[in-house]
Amino acid sequence: MRVRYFAWLRSRLNRAEEAVAPPPGVTTLNGLIDYLATLSPGHAAVFEDRSVIRAAINQVFADLDASFAPGDEVAFFPPVTGG
Amino acid sequence: MRVTRVQAAAFDPGAELAAFTASAPDAGAVVSFTGLVRGQDHAGQPLTAMTLDHYPGMTDAQVAAIAEEAAKRWPLQGLLVIHRFGRLLAGEPIVFVATASAHRRAAFEAADFLMDWLKTKAPFWKLEEGPGGETWVDAKAEDDAAAARWE
Repeated sequence: MRVRYFAWLRSRLNRAEEAVAPPPGVTTLNGLIDYLATLSPGHAAVFEDRSVIRAAINQVFADLDASFAPGDEVAFFPPVTGG
Repeated sequence: MRVTRVQAAAFDPGAELAAFTASAPDAGAVVSFTGLVRGQDHAGQPLTAMTLDHYPGMTDAQVAAIAEEAAKRWPLQGLLVIHRFGRLLAGEPIVFVATASAHRRAAFEAADFLMDWLKTKAPFWKLEEGPGGETWVDAKAEDDAAAARWE
């Protein structure tokens, strides 16, 4: 699946998106974060404090305990600061 | 008319307001708000520019949904939202909201609501540029509190 990153997550990971293959059984965003944090020390650092992480599934805001399906577009980013 | 635009291009708030007002001939009140890129950060340090990151696709849908919510809550004869993305220099307009209604209170409240929700529910992120380098702007608790007034 493809995971997208915005704002400082993208800067710190030095990528806007990546293809990842979480193990079967990873069905929630929290589970996905647990998996992503194992990929590299950089991932672990970015996801260390998940109180500052927001997410969307298929471009709709989602809580971190929400479930996603294979093929969904998942994105992680900080709280928004537009306007 | 209800129009929302998410764009990189600069816009002229005066020209937008004139065209918007002309499009709502039956309105008794038109309220507009223009947000500008500040020349200073919150610590008073000078800023030269700001880059607005956004989530293409999601941004348009969210801004349209926020406009739809405003139109549902207030009796509006017109609504316009323009939000820029990309790199903007200090002093440039970054966001523009206009509302038209029969009476002023609905127009004021709807514009206020639109700005509060744009700040907290539209997927934009600000990267400030100053002499000290680049800094991502943190979300502010007071923006969340302002948005919560409308729940």
